[in-house]
Amino acid sequence: MSADIAHTIRRTRETHAAAARSLSLRARIVLSLGPTTALAGVGWALVQPWRLTLLHPAGQGFWWLFAEPPLYAVLVGVLFRLLLAPGIVADLHRVEEREP
Amino acid sequence: MILAGIQPAAEMVHWWFATGFLVLGLLLAAEAVVGPEVWGLRPWRRYLWPGFAFAMGVLMFPVMTFFTSSTIHMVAHGSWAEVLLLAGGAELGVARGKLRSPRWRACSALALAVSGAAFLVHEQNHWLFSRAAFLHHLLGWSLLLAAAFPLVQAVRPRSLTAALGFASTLLFVAVLLYCDRDTAAIFGHLDFYAGVPHR
Repeated sequence: MSADIAHTIRRTRETHAAAARSLSLRARIVLSLGPTTALAGVGWALVQPWRLTLLHPAGQGFWWLFAEPPLYAVLVGVLFRLLLAPGIVADLHRVEEREP
Repeated sequence: MILAGIQPAAEMVHWWFATGFLVLGLLLAAEAVVGPEVWGLRPWRRYLWPGFAFAMGVLMFPVMTFFTSSTIHMVAHGSWAEVLLLAGGAELGVARGKLRSPRWRACSALALAVSGAAFLVHEQNHWLFSRAAFLHHLLGWSLLLAAAFPLVQAVRPRSLTAALGFASTLLFVAVLLYCDRDTAAIFGHLDFYAGVPHR
């Protein structure tokens, strides 16, 4: 790895770390909503693995293979974190920077 | 009869609506945390939860048609469909700017109150008859009480407590709907007349 690339990576990490440090409590809460939901889904799947018929699909009909409620919770959490949370936090950051 | 063979079980439909309420709850929670000004900076975001609620109201009509076994059951599902449309439609009007008063949030309060009453009225059995009966009672009373949150928002739109309470209510509804099973025990109780648990 060349020294330039190593410096760029270090700078990028430092920028991200500084951004994370400057996140307000509200931003952190918004960013945590999705992962918390996804973790709840994972926890549910671990506690009740029989709810995931994909783990034992033999003899299951279409609807039982389609209805995977713990995975729904995980999917909602992941999509919220990836698609919505970054934009909300960016807007929040912009407004907070304008505030005196 | 043919339809009965290809349509999903009622509990699965409850889980799909639970997912819808989970989405609604997350959207409202995020809006409550950052505030309506930040939330509204991207115009499409203002339409998200009202549009989602409206779509859930539309989807409730096929549920009413295909998944109800008695008149009172059908009327309850029909009332949920109508109040979801009302609440979603009113909030869409506010998001678009056609409706300006924050008092329109009272439609959501009415939706919760009517939904809660419908749960209680159409549940004929006692709390520990089965899990479904227990959830009906719990959902009914919870929604009736939680109607206070959007009602407070209609009067005090900037109330953080009311906004978080409304969001938490929808997340609670999601959890309870995820708990639903067609026939299952509740705290070890399952009435003889409830049927045989199938899973």
